[in-house]
Amino acid sequence: MKSKWWLISLLVCLAVACISPLASSSPDGLERVAEDKGFLGLAGDAPYQVIADYVFPGIANEALATILAGIIGTLVLFGAAYGLAWLLTLKRRRALA
Amino acid sequence: MHIPDGFLNVATVATTAAVSAGGIGGAVRIVGKKLGEKQVPLMGILAAFIFAAQMLNFPVAGGTSGHVIGAALAAILLGPWAAVLIMSCVLIAQCLIFQDGGLLALGANIFNMGIVASFSAYYVYKLITWLAGNARKSTLVGGFAAAWVSVFLASIFCAVELAVSGSSPLGVVLPAMAGVHALIGIGEGLITTAVLGLVLATRADLLQLQRIRAGG
Repeated sequence: MKSKWWLISLLVCLAVACISPLASSSPDGLERVAEDKGFLGLAGDAPYQVIADYVFPGIANEALATILAGIIGTLVLFGAAYGLAWLLTLKRRRALA
Repeated sequence: MHIPDGFLNVATVATTAAVSAGGIGGAVRIVGKKLGEKQVPLMGILAAFIFAAQMLNFPVAGGTSGHVIGAALAAILLGPWAAVLIMSCVLIAQCLIFQDGGLLALGANIFNMGIVASFSAYYVYKLITWLAGNARKSTLVGGFAAAWVSVFLASIFCAVELAVSGSSPLGVVLPAMAGVHALIGIGEGLITTAVLGLVLATRADLLQLQRIRAGG
């Protein structure tokens, strides 16, 4: 049980991703300021799109597309940061072994 | 607070990219030396949680929303250097996969929400727990204050970058950014405190693990 704390935590993170369609769709602080102060038009589009705006492409149901984007991102980041931390400590663990 | 491309000029893009690259380099070196084996999965969990939590925009005044940055939580649990790495992972993934935050603005976004937010949160938390002792209450109060300051300060740096880039005069953009993020910071404070409370109730040992600092 104790050694699996991170598995439970990861499930909690995935649950958080699953409620993401409930999030407010209003512009965020910076976007609001850019709009009010008249410089939002300077923003350029990204040169390419993968899962733009946290909506998985090709799925008609937007809530589902958002949840899928959230789950993918959550898993990618768990893997990336875990992997990075694992790699960074590899040398030290080898030295101890 | 993810800056899109087009808001920053070349000089600001170059400066913030250089500072953030240096910061990440330092973080890689220090975290590699000091990260404990138990902390490896926590790095993954914090990155996953911060990504998921950032998707949850909460409404603040006047048709505006905000979302947590998460740097404060990471800095309190693992120290500022590990927090810089975690935030960099999140911001790089958001930029490359989700087109949130510009490619050229990535350095600035890592600087504001990674470096500025992590270090300011860490030192505010340290100061408050040093003044008030390491009890549960001071952890929660310190966490709230650290989270609020991290958002507020990151928004100030963001405003200065926008002003230096000529997107908007400082006298206009600074009060506007600071004002709205003073409110968003309250949300960051509440969520950070709630998670810290949960950690204290279930895995208090995580807070006792040595945080990663340079030196010491």
